[in-house]
Amino acid sequence: MNPLLPAGPQAQSIASLFAFFLGVLSAIWVVVVTVLLIYLARSRRTVGTSEAPEVASSAIPDRPGHVLRPTDPVRERRFARSVTFFAALTLAVLLVFLVASVLVGHRVATFNQQPARVVKVTAHQWWWQLEYEDSEASRIVITANELHLPVGQPVRLELESADVIHSFWVPALHGKRDLIPGWSSSTTVQADHPGVFWGQCAEFCGTEHAQMALEVIAQPPSDFEQWLASQRAPAHPPENDTQRRGQEVFVHGACSLCHAVRGTTAGGGVAPDLTHLKSRRHIASGTLVNEPKSLARWIEEPQRVKPGTHMPAVALSPDARNDLMAYLETLQ
Amino acid sequence: MRCALLLGVTVLLLAACKREERRFEAPPPTQPVDRVRMSPLRVGGSAPNDAGLSPPPGYDESAYAINEGQRLFGWFNCTGCHAHGGGAIGPALMDARWTYGSEPENVFDTIAQGRPNGMPSFGSKIPEQQIWQLVAYVRSLSGLTPADARPARDEHVSVTPPPTLRRTEEPTGQPPEAPPP
Repeated sequence: MNPLLPAGPQAQSIASLFAFFLGVLSAIWVVVVTVLLIYLARSRRTVGTSEAPEVASSAIPDRPGHVLRPTDPVRERRFARSVTFFAALTLAVLLVFLVASVLVGHRVATFNQQPARVVKVTAHQWWWQLEYEDSEASRIVITANELHLPVGQPVRLELESADVIHSFWVPALHGKRDLIPGWSSSTTVQADHPGVFWGQCAEFCGTEHAQMALEVIAQPPSDFEQWLASQRAPAHPPENDTQRRGQEVFVHGACSLCHAVRGTTAGGGVAPDLTHLKSRRHIASGTLVNEPKSLARWIEEPQRVKPGTHMPAVALSPDARNDLMAYLETLQ
Repeated sequence: MRCALLLGVTVLLLAACKREERRFEAPPPTQPVDRVRMSPLRVGGSAPNDAGLSPPPGYDESAYAINEGQRLFGWFNCTGCHAHGGGAIGPALMDARWTYGSEPENVFDTIAQGRPNGMPSFGSKIPEQQIWQLVAYVRSLSGLTPADARPARDEHVSVTPPPTLRRTEEPTGQPPEAPPP
């Protein structure tokens, strides 16, 4: 999560603009501070030598302490000229910055309007839903908290919010973009090299705003297509009795009221789709690493892991919890 | 003197913040939700006796619990039958008539165990603390919760006054009269 290590063309433009600003302003700073130091040193020297009072100076009659120095027209003109020159130089530098900002802003905003793929990003309190659009409805893939991108292909993100204002920010790819309820905005991003980039909600959206992370995984197009095909498949059916009982717990208990697992009757649409839960690297929007131990803790005491989250603690018997865990492990 | 006054006012203000109190950690379940209880069938208007179930504190007077209930009311598709409280194929929830009682424990049992003629049982689906949040919200629709802890506004177009301006209904427990033939 470092905007100075860009991984996409827009982030590259923004980073170059930043480097340009930083370079020019550093040079100006160095010049100003050098001149300041020189004049400080010189004035200290002149105070030390206590030069003789100027001969031509005349006292002001009604102001005894003040001395009116005579104006030297040549010196005065030189002084006025240099002030004008430096004011104009400042203005010119600011203008150059303005033009550079506008140019980069334009380049970033109009980046490739012909995307290879459309992903609908819906922000919820406090997680991200990602829907990989397809012209065939049955090929649409819904996942959560992990955005996969094919390297080198522009992808348009349709940004929406389900509740309050959020902001989509993956510094390695692009600047921030707000998601406003009732309003659809879009942005196009592209990853130039494979890697894992961290994103974060950048608009305060409630108690767990800080735990609303998004992981972006950029992979070669062939890997991406393979991943998409695996996500498109329905959930693996349970293989043994423990897993079957766990599926019963999931489908007939509280889980199915909010979560969906494709291939079963669990079709809740207000919480992350869990069809391929175990294929994700993190759970609870980047809060915990996705391993059985932390998943069990998340189910047992979600309000301790992420206080305020809409995931409730569900009372389960130890047997039912074990069965449920065994079933969740099959959701590869 | 001024300092003491300021301190006093601060303490009073802090004490008045109860409506905003958020209880993220659910209290341990007090009653098993799936207990079997027979609905005492009776002729006449009195509400079923749901004694033995006591509403936990911190729901009716909490704006947070009521707003959570409002959110769940939409999420769990209560609106599918009850609309936004005005009633559709399910009964209206914002009037004074409560077929199965208006006390929190009555509404809890209605949600957890279901009622005849269409109300399904959600006891095995919704965790207890969320049922109590729904209870608080449903009761706030009729003005049965304290006036300072009602949802400020609805997210949908409404022809009824906002919950904060709604007067408290006197629950009658009477089923609605049959419409004239």
